[in-house]
Amino acid sequence: MRYAARIAVGPVQFRIGSDWPEPVAALESLYAGYPKDPERTADATVRLFAARPWRRWLRPSVHIGGDFVVPDALPLPLSMGLLAAEMGMNLQVALGWRRHMLLHASAVARDGRAVVMSGESGSGKSTLAALLGEGDWRLMGDEFTLIDPVAGDALAFPRAISLKNEAIAEMAGRVDAARLGPLLAGTPKGDIRHLIPRADAIAAMHQPVRPALILFPRFGGEPAIEPMGEGEAFVRLTEASTNYIALGEAGFAALTRLVRTTPAFGIAYPDSASGIALVEQLWAEAVR
Amino acid sequence: MSAVRTLVDLLAGRRAAATLAPREWDGVIGVARAEAMLATLACCVGEDDLPPSVAALFADQRAAAEVARGQALWEAEMARRALGSEGIEFVLLKGTAYAVAGLSCSVGRQIGDLDILVLALDIGRVENELLEAGWEWVKPDAYDDQYYREHMHELPPLIHKARDRMIDVHHTILPRTHRITPDALALVSDAVPTPGGFAVLCPTDMACHCAAHMIADGDLQGGLRNLWDFHCLTRDFVAADPGFWGKLDARADLHGLRAPVRRAARLARDLYGSILPSGWDGHDPGDIWYRRRLLARDDWGRATNFPLQQAFYIRSHWLRMPPMLLAQHLWTKWRKR
Repeated sequence: MRYAARIAVGPVQFRIGSDWPEPVAALESLYAGYPKDPERTADATVRLFAARPWRRWLRPSVHIGGDFVVPDALPLPLSMGLLAAEMGMNLQVALGWRRHMLLHASAVARDGRAVVMSGESGSGKSTLAALLGEGDWRLMGDEFTLIDPVAGDALAFPRAISLKNEAIAEMAGRVDAARLGPLLAGTPKGDIRHLIPRADAIAAMHQPVRPALILFPRFGGEPAIEPMGEGEAFVRLTEASTNYIALGEAGFAALTRLVRTTPAFGIAYPDSASGIALVEQLWAEAVR
Repeated sequence: MSAVRTLVDLLAGRRAAATLAPREWDGVIGVARAEAMLATLACCVGEDDLPPSVAALFADQRAAAEVARGQALWEAEMARRALGSEGIEFVLLKGTAYAVAGLSCSVGRQIGDLDILVLALDIGRVENELLEAGWEWVKPDAYDDQYYREHMHELPPLIHKARDRMIDVHHTILPRTHRITPDALALVSDAVPTPGGFAVLCPTDMACHCAAHMIADGDLQGGLRNLWDFHCLTRDFVAADPGFWGKLDARADLHGLRAPVRRAARLARDLYGSILPSGWDGHDPGDIWYRRRLLARDDWGRATNFPLQQAFYIRSHWLRMPPMLLAQHLWTKWRKR
């Protein structure tokens, strides 16, 4: 393709091809601090393309393709090319990755142990991870957490954090502006701005850690902690996994072990400060 | 050299994996994924001599193919439990058949839907039994449903509500309206049992079906994989029976499939290096279009040569439907847009 970028996030090496220079330039600036190995073969291919040749210039609209394609996926305007690239990368991992069990979950780590936070879009799992990652936690990822089916460890996938709506202002006040990508206003997912993880989180992205705590955050309502049984955590995580079925017995074994060895809680929180306090409280109990 | 050529050369054994530069693998992997042959490739090339990241990816693919194979075989077992209790016999087709018969093309082969062949007179019972056992219609559209039943060689696809897996129930191997009418009764009555207790087409019919599916039915999408099947099937069958090619000729004549079978054999020779007997080893000027269609992919895995794709698409409809029916069909489809 006309323009191309190569990015490695956690264990996944991407190659991203594009009909336009803008998405590639935006990606390269966002991922400038990530390790680069030009000799390494791509695990996954993302393509950002114009459905018709003239749509490269005339009302340019970015279709998302690659190794795996979602039929009927709507294209995005070129101004949201960075979001298209992010969606393309997520899609290839979600549908193509087989080495680990993929959980649609954010994660942070401390002292070689991880808190895994799983929830729907809007649960605040991204924002919580981003906030914790600015404190004395290592950010592992805001979208996917990878579970090694053999060792049971959690592996990081620290892509640029996708901050949405209110979270943008909340984080912008705390971090160096150089770590923020361009504001993508009015996307189908609301306003989006990417936050580059801290350099130490990127440097440590290949270090596996033991899962110590599984949380299912819910934004809104009074602060609350609900201990969750193994069965419920198991079912919820099968729903949060994009490749549980494809992994077959190995996926079942990995998930069974995860919920048996890791305490799980649902938490509700009205604001970020109380959310962080709940995570710290449960962490202190879990690692004691 | 283009990635798709490199992929074909690797599969054919004309090129060693060790001779590829690390970044050459990008295109090969992309194209192999687009052709649903990445796990096939992973099983074909040795584990040595690969860059570490490729070796790791290929190990993932081999493991995933093994799980997928188990899941596909389980679907066959589910069909047996649904139909066997009523004494309905069925023949496995395509990927699942290759797997239960232990044929070399099944190594790493992706298996999509479960394809079975039954006698046309059993089709109503099969439909009832499958619906009772939890399969459901995928396409609730009345026109499509009627179209399948009147003109196609299979029932409209059914999907299992709990396992989310598709089954295609065939009563023959080409659409009813196709210019060629294979002998469906011979296909079922000459089917052979496998050690696991399933039935598959006899070797000559299996090769005929593979060629018919690739050359006479579709528009050659996924043709590299179908051609790989044909290459491996004929290689396996010749190894077991040196007289195989002669028998294949006779059987292809019975089904009216001589031309597609011969063409498949020539293409398999041209791309994958199949060794053909002297009577088969000819040349046809038309083959070049098929080779170009099969290799129409760029290094990003994108389909190329749009006019040729379209030409094969139109050809596939032309073969499958008489002109008046085609006109009616297109008119109905266009009005429903």
